[in-house]
Amino acid sequence: MADENVIEIANLSKSYDGVDAVAGLNLTVPRGAICGLLGRNGAGKTTTIKVLLGMVRPTSGSARVFGLAADDPRASVEIRRRASFVSDDKDLYDALTVDEIIRFTAAFYPRWNDDLADEYLERFALPEGRPAKKLSRGMRTKLALLLALSSGTELLILDEPTAGLDPAVTDEVLKALVAHAARGDVTVFMSSHQLADIEQIADRVAIIDRGRAVLNGELDEIRASYRRVRVVFDGDAPDVALRSAGVIRSQRNGRVLTVLSSAGADGIRAEVAPLEPVSVDELPVTLKDIFLETVVGEG
Amino acid sequence: MIVKPNPSLGVPIYLQLMEQVKHAIETGALRAGEQLPGIRPLAEDLVINVNTVAKAYRELEREGIIELRHGAGAFVTGAALKARGADKFRAAQTLVETTIEKLRARGLSDEEIRRLFEAELAGLKRGGGQGG
Repeated sequence: MADENVIEIANLSKSYDGVDAVAGLNLTVPRGAICGLLGRNGAGKTTTIKVLLGMVRPTSGSARVFGLAADDPRASVEIRRRASFVSDDKDLYDALTVDEIIRFTAAFYPRWNDDLADEYLERFALPEGRPAKKLSRGMRTKLALLLALSSGTELLILDEPTAGLDPAVTDEVLKALVAHAARGDVTVFMSSHQLADIEQIADRVAIIDRGRAVLNGELDEIRASYRRVRVVFDGDAPDVALRSAGVIRSQRNGRVLTVLSSAGADGIRAEVAPLEPVSVDELPVTLKDIFLETVVGEG
Repeated sequence: MIVKPNPSLGVPIYLQLMEQVKHAIETGALRAGEQLPGIRPLAEDLVINVNTVAKAYRELEREGIIELRHGAGAFVTGAALKARGADKFRAAQTLVETTIEKLRARGLSDEEIRRLFEAELAGLKRGGGQGG
């Protein structure tokens, strides 16, 4: 099957006791991408991941991984054989040693790669004989990552992989992910609050808010098209409703009208020209800016 | 030779990489016939996405700046330098230097100067004109 999209989520909803965790989510991740999943706490990131892994059944809509329906129990077994998951609590068999955990996990993956496991063991400087419960947070993360990377799976799903790590370990984790994705047919789907990490290594990003995707696309396209446009007037900025394509938000403050646009600044320049502004300039927008502007503040 | 791109610059990373390669050619850091780093090692080295590096190389090849030789890697073409003009570039560099000096003399901070340049460039781009 030419499944171009490794993950395909269409109109997905999941509610717990009448509360919507995910509400009409649409999201796709093409093969070979590193896709960052961003959103505030409670935005629906973890629920989305759980649906993909068959740990939670959707209330409505569909989620497909490798073209297989995630809520079909048989398909889900297949999905979990071909995808590896690193949970945010880096769930490990605490009584086992590093070495034992590696051997134990290897048994469950038909395409497990011993060479790769040895390579990461050395690279991450993990103490083979130490029980998992005595590992530091950074080491736990690196072990969980080693298991995921060595499993020979085509899809890596990571829930907050760099949360609570010091900058040096974060860098090691990001490097390993980039290198792994560069090896070929691997897709990475990772949720994170670390916008800078995502901005650095991802080529795609999805921002979800209150269970819906507010943005899903290529990061380089977003970099090229999102702009903050600042229009300065001689007197107070006029109270206009801009009609240009891509206007996300505009704000008047004294003589200045500031507009966030997802479609460059051309349209806005043309639209405000008849209002005779003193100056119009445009500034680049960071992923953090976009995030803060697109997710809704606490009501 | 190629340094980490700035992910929050508002310029696509593949374009930043392309500019860096062109800049290296203009300054003489990279010469015709010389080899560029491999796509994978460069992605790992800069800790950025391999797809992004591949895109930059593909576009550089399309512009005739580099040549991808099967199995051997990417090389700077002979046409690359002529295409950009090293003399013109050095003259422009001097112009930028003097401009910056003048602005500093007027009491502007480097941060303010950088913002002015960025805003001006972002504004110029909309016309599609590159002026060179």
